[in-house]
Amino acid sequence: MHPAPSVIFFTTFSGLGFGLLAWLGIGTPEVTGWTAFAFFAIAYLMAVGGLLASTFHLGRPERAIKAFTQWRSSWLSREAWCAVGALTLMGLYGAGLVFFETRFGLLGILGALLSLATVFTTSMIYTQLKTIPRWNMAITPFKFLSLSIAGGALLAGQVQAAIILLLIAGGIQAATWVMGDKALTGSGTTLGTATGLGQNGSVRAFEPPHTGTNYLLKEFVHVIGRKHAAKLRMISIILMVVLPIVLLLLPFSHFLAVLALASHVAGVLTARWLFFAQAEHVVGLYYGKR
Amino acid sequence: MTFQQPKIDTSPHVSDEVRKTTCYMCACRCGINVHMKGGKVAYIEGNRDHPVNQGVLCAKGSAGIMQVNAPSRLRKPLKRVGERGAGEFEEIEWEEALQIAADWLEPVRNTNPEKLAFFTGRDQSQSFTSFWAQAFGTPNYAAHGGFCSVNMAAAGIYTMGGAFWEFGQPDWDHTKLFMLFGVAEDHDSNPIKMGIGKIKKRGARVIGVNPIRSGYNAVADDWVGITPGTDGLFILSMVHCLMKAGKIDLDYLARYTNAPVLVINSPGAADHGLLMRDSHGKELVIDRKTQKLTPFDQPGVMPDLAATYEKDGKTHRPVFHQMAEMYLDEQYAPEAVADRCGISAGRIRAIAAEIARVAFDEAFELDHPWTDFRGDKHDKMIGRPVSFHSMRGISAHANGFQTCRALHTLQIILGTVEVPGGFRFKPPYPKPATAHPKPHVGMNPGAPLNGPHLGFTHGPEDLALKEDGSPARIDKAFTWENPMSSHGLMHMVISNAYAGDPYKIDVLFMYMANMSWNSSMNTRGVIDMLTDKDENGDYVIPKIIYSDAYSSEMVAYSDLILPDTTYLERHDCISLLDRPICEADAAADAIRWPVIEPDRDVKGFQSMLCELGAKMNLPGFVNEDGSQKYADYGDYIVNHERRPGIGPLAGFRGENGDQAGRGAVNPKQLDRYIENGGFFVEHIPAGSNYYKPWNMAYQDWAVKIGLFDKPMPYLFSLYVEPLRKFQLAAEGHGERQPPDHLRDRIKSTMSPLPIWYSTEEENHAAEFPVTALTQRPMAMYHSWGSQNAWLRQLHGHNPLYLPTRLMRENDLTDGDWAKVTSPHGEITVPVMEMAALNENTVWTWNAIGKRKGAWALEEDAPEATRGFLLNHLIHELLPPKGDGLRWSNSDPITGQAAWFDLKVRIEKAKPPEESQPGFAPIKSPVGKGPKSLTWKVGK
Amino acid sequence: MTTLPQQTEKKLGLVIDLDTCVGCHACVISCKGWNTENYGAPLSDQNAYGADNNGTFLNRVHSYEVQPEAGAAQLIHFPKSCLHCEDAPCVTVCPTGASYKRVEDGIVLVNETDCIGCGLCAWACPYGARELDQAEGVMKKCTLCVDRIYNENLPEEDRQPACVRTCPAGARHFGDLGDPDSDVSQLVAERGGMDLMPEQGTKPVNKYLPPRPKDTLPDAGVEFDVLAPFLEPVADEPKGFLSWLDKTLEKL
Repeated sequence: MHPAPSVIFFTTFSGLGFGLLAWLGIGTPEVTGWTAFAFFAIAYLMAVGGLLASTFHLGRPERAIKAFTQWRSSWLSREAWCAVGALTLMGLYGAGLVFFETRFGLLGILGALLSLATVFTTSMIYTQLKTIPRWNMAITPFKFLSLSIAGGALLAGQVQAAIILLLIAGGIQAATWVMGDKALTGSGTTLGTATGLGQNGSVRAFEPPHTGTNYLLKEFVHVIGRKHAAKLRMISIILMVVLPIVLLLLPFSHFLAVLALASHVAGVLTARWLFFAQAEHVVGLYYGKR
Repeated sequence: MTFQQPKIDTSPHVSDEVRKTTCYMCACRCGINVHMKGGKVAYIEGNRDHPVNQGVLCAKGSAGIMQVNAPSRLRKPLKRVGERGAGEFEEIEWEEALQIAADWLEPVRNTNPEKLAFFTGRDQSQSFTSFWAQAFGTPNYAAHGGFCSVNMAAAGIYTMGGAFWEFGQPDWDHTKLFMLFGVAEDHDSNPIKMGIGKIKKRGARVIGVNPIRSGYNAVADDWVGITPGTDGLFILSMVHCLMKAGKIDLDYLARYTNAPVLVINSPGAADHGLLMRDSHGKELVIDRKTQKLTPFDQPGVMPDLAATYEKDGKTHRPVFHQMAEMYLDEQYAPEAVADRCGISAGRIRAIAAEIARVAFDEAFELDHPWTDFRGDKHDKMIGRPVSFHSMRGISAHANGFQTCRALHTLQIILGTVEVPGGFRFKPPYPKPATAHPKPHVGMNPGAPLNGPHLGFTHGPEDLALKEDGSPARIDKAFTWENPMSSHGLMHMVISNAYAGDPYKIDVLFMYMANMSWNSSMNTRGVIDMLTDKDENGDYVIPKIIYSDAYSSEMVAYSDLILPDTTYLERHDCISLLDRPICEADAAADAIRWPVIEPDRDVKGFQSMLCELGAKMNLPGFVNEDGSQKYADYGDYIVNHERRPGIGPLAGFRGENGDQAGRGAVNPKQLDRYIENGGFFVEHIPAGSNYYKPWNMAYQDWAVKIGLFDKPMPYLFSLYVEPLRKFQLAAEGHGERQPPDHLRDRIKSTMSPLPIWYSTEEENHAAEFPVTALTQRPMAMYHSWGSQNAWLRQLHGHNPLYLPTRLMRENDLTDGDWAKVTSPHGEITVPVMEMAALNENTVWTWNAIGKRKGAWALEEDAPEATRGFLLNHLIHELLPPKGDGLRWSNSDPITGQAAWFDLKVRIEKAKPPEESQPGFAPIKSPVGKGPKSLTWKVGK
Repeated sequence: MTTLPQQTEKKLGLVIDLDTCVGCHACVISCKGWNTENYGAPLSDQNAYGADNNGTFLNRVHSYEVQPEAGAAQLIHFPKSCLHCEDAPCVTVCPTGASYKRVEDGIVLVNETDCIGCGLCAWACPYGARELDQAEGVMKKCTLCVDRIYNENLPEEDRQPACVRTCPAGARHFGDLGDPDSDVSQLVAERGGMDLMPEQGTKPVNKYLPPRPKDTLPDAGVEFDVLAPFLEPVADEPKGFLSWLDKTLEKL
């Protein structure tokens, strides 16, 4: 898949933002007034910024509102509802904390659930796609959720929790890579089944339909070298998990915490780039590519 | 929950009007429905009523809309102001343009008309352009057949009075085995696709013989990946097998061919090897019943294939005896040819056996009584459901003429020509070579030529030689170098004119011929010839006039550009006088008419010639009072008469428009064509539509509609006597004698019975062991497609396809680059693997590569950066033999350019930035096209 | 509504004959022509006369080489457009309801005024049947020429998809695959019509007819023995041939 910056930023930052909102919703940390405002501002900036970034990849962003209509069947539509629901509830909840120094506990818990539901629906947009076996795995939502919660913990200043959650998220991330590398083969979809010609012999893509490029090739076919990918995986796991944990284990300072967060974000961005760049859409088979 | 969905309009307005005309996106001539909205072309589809395409249409045809809006269209006459090749032009008015042309041409006409060479790349108005050239008086006229198809046309017409290409077709309704050899997918392409679809649906077998398994060969049931240039050997081996097994149609051979005609046996004499004739020139046979010598065509005669004739102590044997002697020889046994052909002996036998099985075991009869030219009545028509088709693949070799002849021989011994299930001619064929004109070169200053330029020679006396024996024509057509070059040799014109061999010219006038690029062999050399100057600083080829609709590579190398229209803006006639749209069951012709008016200051080429002809007072183009005779080409099409009652169009003749073929001029003829969908069809009556060369009902019908003036039944010439006449001259007989250096070649190649010879040695195959071929993609015709925004997405660049073996041997993978070297030059190009390819052949798509700046493309267009031409590797001359002579790279009989004889070697190369050789950009006289297109006229 | 209809009244679709397709791209351009001028926004082209030229096409013809275990490699031309799946994943993922499957004939369409161009439907389609038009910003796909097949402004015989009408080799067939008696269903039954990527579970309506066995003419062995008698020599050299000739002519 084409690693479009808009979707990489969207999934990374909205994941972090909603993760933080979830923590705030359960009252961790317990903040009110301007401190709360600062936390909420960061969470909204990330969540809403991420959502806005996602509209950049729309062909017709001015019609984005229509995306709310198909919640019965579409995960993208459900994501929209969850996001709006989470942002609304958490907005009310946050207003209580900031302006009234009051915590409406139930509202917070509902908001936290909707925040995580938002991350889950986002993950389901990818998970549901049988066309991309690397994404079409039960573990994919856990990856999104674990990263969101761990990143949220980092943002929420929950050092102990963050360390544990980062380890879990890192483990899940590593597992998705191992499983993902076998996914296309495991899916049973080959150029043979794609063309139906498999029973006649070995099939090889000859001339492509057009000598030039097209939307499908630009959107779905992205080739990165195996060695290059392995290197990036290593970098991403170091930045996303290892370095933040090391920094968190050092005596606490705000500078180190920010550094840990920055490292984590850079790591997630790298992993997310790989999430797209390494995802093989089966349509690539028709072009003799993966 | 009820399911809701938007309501959509499923019956939207389609178009304001449908205008029916003829496609010109390739040479196929399909009928098209041009849907108009608001006066603009909205959509093009095939015309269901049209005899050629019956509604279907290929990619090119549907993309016509992008051809008509192409940014590369020329807009106004241009006068060169910079050096040739720089692309510096000044736009001028038509009046000035035509005055310049007349000022250049009139002195030539009045002093030495041969100083004009007038050649047209496209040939769909050949009867008109040759009429113009005759009126002008130059002997130097032809279309592009010489590098395209002449081997096939000449072999077919000399052998059986009709050829493959689009001049005949398999009997798609009855054939059960269809074998095609090296077919060009740009002629008769929709009918062939329709036919293949039809017979495959019926479960008939298709055998494709082609080094490359693409297109039609990809859908063939059996693919024979033959070694290029050996088709003739493969065919003669099948002839060997079939004759040896007696699987030949003796009745057919005896009645309809010259197999039983006696051959004079008088070694050393001037008539040795000629056919025995009576005092009226009629071929003589022995009648099987009376065992007497008799002219072949007498009532009741059954010619004897076996009988010999004794006279003066000599035994004169029929042609068939010679054939038996020749083809039963073990040199044609499958085992003897297998290695050279790259086909196992078993496979050759299997194919020959299958042909025999279908031709004879699956023979059938149609209930059509008919009468032959001897008056013999037949109550049935015997069908032999084996058909063959072939085109450029066997034509564009230096042994192509004899290979095509071999294929016709195979067809004829099986009795599968003009019979149900076999191969059938389309009117005006069948028409024997003797019914065609002979070449004419008789010229006088200020006067028309003494007859048509092109035709068929029947012996040395017909050659186009001057009194001193030197060639009369600039292309050396109809000379000892290529005595039967019926279509001329367009590919030699620039080279010969530059060399002054046989003479220099003053004006080169060309139409739609991209000679400085893909229409020439040796592109770089031709560019140099066009731009080279003599010691006085004048161009060696002094004046070049060029007409084209588009900004092709040739524009920059011309001095005066006369811009043509696109095909939807013009009149044309697809006439029975040259290349009509007939079917085997019908005579048919068609028109083009301006379905839109040009939005530029351009004139249809033929209309422009009407004007220029009148300006120069050419006979036929002015009235008695000196005024212009034909206002435009449309006027000519309606009012010109070639013979009384016979004009360019056969339909709707006579004052009431109710006469077919013959009839007075009908001023409303074009309107009637337009009403009828742009074409006219006259069906051949049932019972007349097979056995046409010998079927008196057909002959009478053909006379009635004016195809010829009296019935002319004839025998198929398995033995082509004119070839023997040239051999006799080479043996020293007769007054006209070939130069000594050509004697041996004439003797060895101009065999009156088909032979095969290798062309490898003269192409240095020992050093260059791989054959390099080109094909045209089905979706792209010539160079015209690259300016088409839709088609150029399909074929925007062209890799060189290499067989798996050559990929492995050279350590190549897809996308690598290779240096390809021929005896003449080298190119460096991207490669791609193809497994379904003869293991010693490489190939690419033709004419995808473009010169930077041409066709209104951006200079970094893939056509110019990755696309390439094989033309750079091919020379119009053979590699020098050390004798100082210029040996043309052509068939020694017809002069057909032998571009499929190209031999190369391959080696891996470091990827260059762009395909090599690179050429400097030329300045576009029309600017560049828009960035993006959202084309919708009915918004 | 982007839920799929429970069932459709008809299953209109295409049957594509891989045995007959010569790869001429006629269907590709005919489709481009009709759908540029008709349903919805024109199919645009970017860098139309330059480098990196590309455009929106609803139908493209691939080609594949198949190497059987024994014998020569084969080349198969392979046209591909929307297969109008019964379980169309492109429909259910659509967040706006722009993509839908028609209940009356099963055609999968995009209502362009509702499309936000998110591209998710193209992601969900395993066949590459949907392309986002770069000028219009909406998803384009094969409409099965819904504006032709019922169009009362067209003669009845022309009420079929542009690609089918134009196909020179007759390799494309249009009809109701839900009706077992229809011509297309019969063709599928006779020729073993197949689904592409059945494992994706999309239940495509369009079917592909596999190429018939190729290169079957036997050149040796027992099978060749059936053909061999057709080449049984009548003579071994010219003289013998001429005496055979004489005898045979006698019989004629």
